[in-house]
Amino acid sequence: MNEKKNREPLFHIVKRGEMPWYKAWGIRAIALIAALVICGIITQAVTGDNPIQVYITMFLGNFGTPRRFWVLLQEMAILLCVSLAMTPAFRMRFWNIGGEGQVMIGCLATAACMICLGNKLPAPLLVICMVIASVGAGAVWGFIPAFFKAKWNTNETLFTLMMNYVAIQIVAFFVIVWESPKGSGKIGIINQQSMAGWFPTIGNNKYLLNIIIVAVITVLMYIYMNYSKHGYELAVVGESEQTARYVGINVSRVIMRTMLLSGAICGLAGLLLVAGTNHTVTTTLAGGRGFTAVMVCWLAKFNPIGMIFTSFLLEFLGNGANQISTRFGLNQSFGDIITGIIIFFIIGSEFFINYRLNFRKKAEEAK
Amino acid sequence: MKMKKIVALAASAVMALSLAACGGSSSTGTAESKAETAAESAGTAAETTGTKVDKSKLKVGFIFLHDENSTYDLNFINAAKTAAKDLGLSDDQIVLKTNVPEGQECYDTAADLADEGCNIVFADSFGHEDYMIQAAKEFPNVQFCHATGTKAHTEGLDNYHNAFASIYEGRYLAGVAAGEKLNSMIKEGKIKEDEAKIGYVGAFTYAEVISGYTSFFLGARSICPSATMEVTFTGSWYDETAEKEAANKLISDKCVLISQHADSMGAPTACETAGVPDVSYNGSTVDACPNTYIISSRIDWAPYYEYAIGAVIDGQKIDADWVGDLKTKSVQLTDLNDKAAAEGTQDKIDEAMKGLEDGSIHVFDTSTFTVTVDESKKLNLNAKVDDKGHLTSYMADVDTDEAYKGDTEAVSDGYFHESEYRSAPYFDVQIDGITLLDTNFGS
Repeated sequence: MNEKKNREPLFHIVKRGEMPWYKAWGIRAIALIAALVICGIITQAVTGDNPIQVYITMFLGNFGTPRRFWVLLQEMAILLCVSLAMTPAFRMRFWNIGGEGQVMIGCLATAACMICLGNKLPAPLLVICMVIASVGAGAVWGFIPAFFKAKWNTNETLFTLMMNYVAIQIVAFFVIVWESPKGSGKIGIINQQSMAGWFPTIGNNKYLLNIIIVAVITVLMYIYMNYSKHGYELAVVGESEQTARYVGINVSRVIMRTMLLSGAICGLAGLLLVAGTNHTVTTTLAGGRGFTAVMVCWLAKFNPIGMIFTSFLLEFLGNGANQISTRFGLNQSFGDIITGIIIFFIIGSEFFINYRLNFRKKAEEAK
Repeated sequence: MKMKKIVALAASAVMALSLAACGGSSSTGTAESKAETAAESAGTAAETTGTKVDKSKLKVGFIFLHDENSTYDLNFINAAKTAAKDLGLSDDQIVLKTNVPEGQECYDTAADLADEGCNIVFADSFGHEDYMIQAAKEFPNVQFCHATGTKAHTEGLDNYHNAFASIYEGRYLAGVAAGEKLNSMIKEGKIKEDEAKIGYVGAFTYAEVISGYTSFFLGARSICPSATMEVTFTGSWYDETAEKEAANKLISDKCVLISQHADSMGAPTACETAGVPDVSYNGSTVDACPNTYIISSRIDWAPYYEYAIGAVIDGQKIDADWVGDLKTKSVQLTDLNDKAAAEGTQDKIDEAMKGLEDGSIHVFDTSTFTVTVDESKKLNLNAKVDDKGHLTSYMADVDTDEAYKGDTEAVSDGYFHESEYRSAPYFDVQIDGITLLDTNFGS
């Protein structure tokens, strides 16, 4: 009776203070396990396949053979590269969702060099041209929306998004210019015989160079964000433009400078995609990485080192989903469902890291 | 350091889970991993051409661009399953990889299949070709077969092969059905003789598409001499909205019959809504379009799969270019829909089919069409014509090169020899009577 009178809600939500890292990661681990259990139940219910088998398949899809492991690292490296590019802009609260376009234009610039200069320049000179062209093209593509934002305060989200479509249509145009055979709408592998402009293989490994390049960028970005004056400035701009102005930071300059960097690294990712692996350009070459990168950044809270883990997670799930669809003859959508559930739980766990639920009973005990 | 520990922790947690799984209940789990390692070792020791392969140890890999939701890929997936069944291969012996893009992923997948111990790998999409070649160079003991490709005869690799079918014959026969329909519409007074205009939704202005719509048109005109045709392009192999819009555009342009060469249901459903008869492709669309679907032509890939896999089993060489036809049952017509087709269509089709099989009819018989050569419009520059406009010579671009150079004389004995100098079509002549509304390539 008494209880009814003083009825409290079942629980209330309280903001947590700083949490030690092991506790935070413990919560994340619990979320992952919970996600796996839920996915297991759904797998069993919907397909009748043994969920443990499904997880083993997922694991083998990534680590089953040395090749799969290298492919995983390579895919991870490219995604991480695009994510690293987005990080400074996001830290500045500049919502750059134009990564896709910036990568595409980098791809196109690289392919253009390979096609037009392929057999005319010596290899080192050609590679230098490709680097300058791709990085430059990406930087310009990032700079345009930043310039408009800085000068006229245009909406960067819409602007960068629209720049994606412009880039994709420009690529579509050049695919037709360079298509082979005629009318097919495909360029095919560029310089397949001469391999002009292809990145060299280190030892026997096609992907090692890409991975090393991205590893170096990761370290540099970590230093840039945490220990450089630029990194500090863009963090201040992100926290409060007013404060930044007050302390004498030139906000428009920081915006433009940061987006130049952001676009340049995206252009570099395009270079890796074309010269390092695909050796062609298509309208779908960026493969949505510009958008996936947003998730990678957010999940890792813009920490370059944390992004290694999140990009690994996303690629691991993607490759695993592919392997599931092959091994069990299921539609790929099923793998995507599992991936979706796991990501949902991981994002959800952030709530429990930031907030605590105080249950009624607990509250009474506290009294 | 912290991060390393965490990653290690998380990794070991996952490992522990999967280990627990193995030790737990499932004996199949270990069996599978055993199978995988066994397959790996088999892969390195795969038999070379000339050596027979034990059928029970054979493994076949398939690479598809999309999954069963695309009519194009569904056609290949069904063929793969049929071939495996006919050859008596178990489910473990075929590996189907769906949703493989036309990029490095294709190479990675092909190499992965070779790692898994596949003796032969098939890919189904045009853009896979270069990556299949790359894999073929790296795995000389594995056969790589690519449908619709153009480069096998110039690459000179022993283990890389192209295949296609004389689908232009199927299109010609489907065209006969269309011609019959036009004739019956004229007879019923629905349209006048000079209004017998066909609309065609194409994907790209690519030889495969040009060969397809021209053979379809010639089939229709062999029955209905006043027929004309308008073609529009979507610039994509699969774009449901664009195909639907394209069909609607043609219908509003007074086309009285529609056909298409693109892979979605866009055009057929637009026809059903507008009540315009449609000749379909890749398979019957009668379920979605019961009132307007007439007939459909498609390539059955099972005969090729059975041929190539059989060759591996017997240790025979696979042809660099293989072309299936009506006799191999690679070119198929789906059931005629009596509700939409004209009476007596089947007889006419049978008659034409007989003619094609015994060689009395050639689809690209140069006396049945005229060609205009126009230097200023860059039209048909590879063609030579007589004073009546009939083709006397055509240098086709059979060997793929960036300059699109015509390299092979394709006209002799009074007809254009399609799919003889390589498996993929190379007929790209713009003939009179067909109007291209656009050459829209955009994506």
